Amino acid sequence: MSESNKILIKGNHAIVEAAIDAGCRFYAGYPITPQNEIPEYMSKRMPEVGGVFLQAESELISINLVFGAAVAGARAMTTSSSPGISLMQEGISYMAGCELPGVIVNVQRGGPGLGNISPSQSDYYQAVKPGHGDYRLIVLAPYNTQEMYDFTFEAFDLADKYRNPVMILTDGLLGQIMESIDLKRRKSQYLNTEKKWALTGAKGRKGQRILSLLMKPGELEKHNFHLKEKYDLIYKTEKRYEKFSINKDTDYLIVAFGTVARISKETIKIANDLKIGLFRPITLFPFPYEELKEIAKNVKKIFVFEMNLGQMLDDVKIAVEDSKKIEFYGRPGGGVPTAEELLNFIIKKVK
Amino acid sequence: MQEKLIYKKPNSITDVNFSYCPGCGHSTVHKIIGEIVDELNLREKIIGVAPVGCAVFAYDFWDFDVTEAAHGRTPAVATAIKRVLPDRVVFSYQGDGDLASIGMAEIIHTANRGENITVIFINNTNYGMTGGQLAPTTLLNQKTTTSPFGRDAKNYGYPIKMLELLAPLPGVKYLERVKVTDAASIIKAKNAIKKAFTYQIENVGFAMVEVLSGCPTNWRKEPVEANKWIDEEVSKYFPIMKIKDIK
Repeated sequence: MSESNKILIKGNHAIVEAAIDAGCRFYAGYPITPQNEIPEYMSKRMPEVGGVFLQAESELISINLVFGAAVAGARAMTTSSSPGISLMQEGISYMAGCELPGVIVNVQRGGPGLGNISPSQSDYYQAVKPGHGDYRLIVLAPYNTQEMYDFTFEAFDLADKYRNPVMILTDGLLGQIMESIDLKRRKSQYLNTEKKWALTGAKGRKGQRILSLLMKPGELEKHNFHLKEKYDLIYKTEKRYEKFSINKDTDYLIVAFGTVARISKETIKIANDLKIGLFRPITLFPFPYEELKEIAKNVKKIFVFEMNLGQMLDDVKIAVEDSKKIEFYGRPGGGVPTAEELLNFIIKKVK
Repeated sequence: MQEKLIYKKPNSITDVNFSYCPGCGHSTVHKIIGEIVDELNLREKIIGVAPVGCAVFAYDFWDFDVTEAAHGRTPAVATAIKRVLPDRVVFSYQGDGDLASIGMAEIIHTANRGENITVIFINNTNYGMTGGQLAPTTLLNQKTTTSPFGRDAKNYGYPIKMLELLAPLPGVKYLERVKVTDAASIIKAKNAIKKAFTYQIENVGFAMVEVLSGCPTNWRKEPVEANKWIDEEVSKYFPIMKIKDIK
């Protein structure tokens, strides 16, 4: 039985509660703004539930601690913000290659380089089209505090179900705001599934290995094709998106994720006579190409709004296959658009 | 005629042929670890973390659980496994490039936290797997493929003594440097490595054994010559001794 439990909570804290509720008992992190509330709160919560909290000496170490915890069969998580995620890419690639589950939260800030500490969506590429080698992460993009909790909770099940790292791609705004949410305290579906592949000591069996190094002729190619099958299954099964204010009369479609999707809902509310709908991809991988393609057929124009210079835009173009229909407006470097600003852009393009 | 078994392959060593070069120390240390795992009855509770480098294939030769780790991240991976499964025996097996160069932060902080793991550090003064480049442990004047005129301190700095570097850290409980150049030194090396594992089992804390190990191929020496060079030169700079033992 699930019990309802409404509380006022900060986005970053909601991530912690979700991880604890999902049975995560290993956390490693390194200080970086705007996600510091996560390691801080974790350092208190993990000991309370008998889990492991480690402050790593760098993000390189954070992700490799998560790698090790996953090897041993634990539900493990790390969190960081953009520059720190760059450092983690090595370890994330190893986890994908070794098919290790784990959850990585990116509370994005402005870049490139040290950038700034304002909210941003400039890590879409490094989440959806990540580091070295042919691999994919499952990427979930929350757009409010409730989803910060829900998606983090669900990420652990997805990670175990597919033996694949899962990334929560959020931003400094969603990390810092406080909202009232329902802590659902559900039961995690895959929590008690036995991980036969985990290394726990070769009791009554041969020694097992966890590897991404596959040097024998054809071995790695075969492994990569196996990964492809898995990603295809994920694409078929796990696509998520939200349609808002879309009907047969919709003239203009906004495509936006995370914080910008939330702002776009306001834009639609203040749009008066303009018939605007919103398509919000929730899983950025798998990206809901077909679903977007269907809706795009019936609208006059598609507006892609992002807090970057146009990253998800690439995937929208793949889905829509008609670039002339697409207009892009982006705020890079920590810029956050207002609802009015987005509406003005639409008006300028359609009038 | 009565047969008496005086030597056999440890049960924890697989039937896969070692891929190491003739005269390489890795094979000897692998076998020592296999023997210790048998003797301490650890096969069902030990988890090894293999490095990037020549020993990257270590998992082919041991019949117990072994994971790979990214280059140098080996102690971090071992830390997490031990924290998740504190009643298992966890060790990292690392070369000098892995441990003393790219993995410097990992080894220092793992040691400083006093993680109750065992570290086996193979020092052959070069990057063996990639063809014999300069390592942090390369001796002064030693020629490698990236120090063709010999290591001079002005350009490359000095060879680093990892055990001496870690010794002052209070979390570190046992440090010993050994070699595997002849029967006597192999027995001593085994005793040291066994002690390092025993300390973990007894929850004493972080223990690390450095093994001076021959690399005849990249040293451009015959195996016998290579061992002689360890005995006469390498061990002069990296003295064969117990550096720390708090028990």
